[in-house]
Amino acid sequence: MTPEAANGPGQRAAAQGGLWGWINQRLPVDVFWRSQLSEYFAPKNFNVWYYFGSLALLVLVMQLLTGIFLTMFYKVGAATSFDSVEFIMREVPYGWLLRYLHSTGASAFFIVIYLHMYRALLYGSYKAPRELLWLFGMIIYLALMAEAFLGYVLPWGNMSFWAATVIINLFGTIPGIGPGLVEWIRGDYGIADATLNRFFSLHVVAVPLVLLLLVALHLVALHEVGSNNPDGVEIKDKKDARGRPLDGIPFHPYYTVKDIVGVCVFLTLLAIVVFFVPTFGDLFLEKANFEPADPLSTPDPISPSWYFTPYYAILRAVPNQRIGALLMLLAVVSFFFLPWLDRSPVKSMRYRGWISKTFLGLFTISFLVLMYLGMQPAQEPYVTMARIFAVPYFAYFWLMPFYSRIDAVKPVPERVTFHG
Amino acid sequence: MGKFASIILILLTAPLARAADAPAAAEAAAGGAEASAPVRWESWRAGNSVADRASLQRGARNFMNYCNGCHSLKYMRYQRMADDMQIPLDTLSANLVAPGSGVLDYISTAMPAADAANWFGKTPPDLSLIARPRSPDYLYRFLKTFYADPSRLSGSDNLAYPLTAMPAVLSDLEGVKAAVYRDVKTGSGSTEKVFDHFDTISPGNLTPVEFDGFVRDTVNFLDYVGDPAQVERQSIGLWVVLFLLLLTALAMMLKKEYWKDVH
Repeated sequence: MTPEAANGPGQRAAAQGGLWGWINQRLPVDVFWRSQLSEYFAPKNFNVWYYFGSLALLVLVMQLLTGIFLTMFYKVGAATSFDSVEFIMREVPYGWLLRYLHSTGASAFFIVIYLHMYRALLYGSYKAPRELLWLFGMIIYLALMAEAFLGYVLPWGNMSFWAATVIINLFGTIPGIGPGLVEWIRGDYGIADATLNRFFSLHVVAVPLVLLLLVALHLVALHEVGSNNPDGVEIKDKKDARGRPLDGIPFHPYYTVKDIVGVCVFLTLLAIVVFFVPTFGDLFLEKANFEPADPLSTPDPISPSWYFTPYYAILRAVPNQRIGALLMLLAVVSFFFLPWLDRSPVKSMRYRGWISKTFLGLFTISFLVLMYLGMQPAQEPYVTMARIFAVPYFAYFWLMPFYSRIDAVKPVPERVTFHG
Repeated sequence: MGKFASIILILLTAPLARAADAPAAAEAAAGGAEASAPVRWESWRAGNSVADRASLQRGARNFMNYCNGCHSLKYMRYQRMADDMQIPLDTLSANLVAPGSGVLDYISTAMPAADAANWFGKTPPDLSLIARPRSPDYLYRFLKTFYADPSRLSGSDNLAYPLTAMPAVLSDLEGVKAAVYRDVKTGSGSTEKVFDHFDTISPGNLTPVEFDGFVRDTVNFLDYVGDPAQVERQSIGLWVVLFLLLLTALAMMLKKEYWKDVH
């Protein structure tokens, strides 16, 4: 143990005894604090892209807390759900705040996660030795999609009903077991009370448990390999005499105070949406969902929440529903393979050549355009455009083994750099 | 900082911008009958503001007198409404609460649903949330585009919602008007009828400008009922955002202080 560590507050307390010392002899609170925060070294050149990890954690906590209070007043059931949401909006003191925080939080979660993932694409954070970290992150993303979809059904509005109908029917495209599987998921011959009940159970218990476990694994894996950075330089390669990375700074206090700035900016933007534009122009809360579920009246068009629309556009671009569903699945699953598709010797886009940059740029544009197309009705010219823009989307992933290998790279510096 | 301030400024002034559109809409609505230019009812804006308490009070009166006979507000309590609009309880009981209801009751309608379905072909919908799936602008256009159509059982039809089951219940205020169409040549050489303007058949008890205000107040009331917390929400929100901006500034200063020694 270094003399510095022995002088740390925890060690002093342990040596001094007292309640804090007593606890630390039985539970490694100080050890954990040091190894994970005050002596966990993070690269000192993080830029704005590195705010979104801690923001994702913040949104997760916010969704759990608002969800707990919403569950106290929400009454699950085809006959009660819609009314109880309006009860929360009108009769529960500050119920409207809980509900809008939760509904805005769902969209905020995806904004933060998409930016968090995009950071990894920019700086090659999925590359060795961070493959498992990336896989845990991707499974979190899948769990989040499930959680968002399940939660979307709970208000039992008309879009809840029809979105559930469309999404569940996708399972019907699985050969052989499809129709039976759909019935098993619904628990009825259509989306009904039984479906709503099980979705509630999954939304408030099962998926959040999975999410928390995965987030814990994601963080353990992160702290094992250490954070990547905008230069893609491994800071553990250059250490000082005491074994501390030369380009590292303790996470606490440096990144805790920095992340507080990110949290404040994020909360400001969140508050502007929650208090002034909670439906966010039909994107965060859709108009059709303020009408109760009605199996006899189909909203036109049926569109999923904005964070699913890139995949929805790909689904609808294919005339054959089974192939469309497969392509949609592939569009999501492609991310999982990135660590092995990328053959570039460098991590960060900063030191890659024009080919990689072009493919990432085209991917970015096609993702955003597909997002827009998924919100439009399933008619021309949108369907043809979706077909066109699906090509660069998939090319980014599946041509990567070729273009990332032949692409010219710039020399990566020995140490991290600062860009403003 | 400057960016956030301007975002907030835009958000706060957005309702004012909407209100500024209102006189233009009123003018278009009022002058439409005489003007030779076609009436573009599709672009009419309600121009209402839920912060306008007097308008909400008039809207509540309008609703109880003209809508509540058929339509309920099943999620809205009389007292909540009175509290939000600062209507004294005795005024509420004397003028707005339906006979047989108390101030704590939800606003129901006296019309039996089964009879209503028989009379109109469908039960008149509850209007608690109507302003959310349908925008206030839509409701404004709907209430202002009824016209006489003797071919229909109700004697009227509507431009915003063709073949609506709802009769023109405001015609004693607005008067009765006819829709005048003009022929437009289509690309294939045939002609089709396109709405041009309204002709007044018989005037109502209100002038066009008064009727416009009547509809705007009623729509404003329905906008409020769709999300009764919205006025409170925006006034709290202003302080929350200001507080968070202050907190952001402090956090930035704290970060700068800590990061002084990082090179």
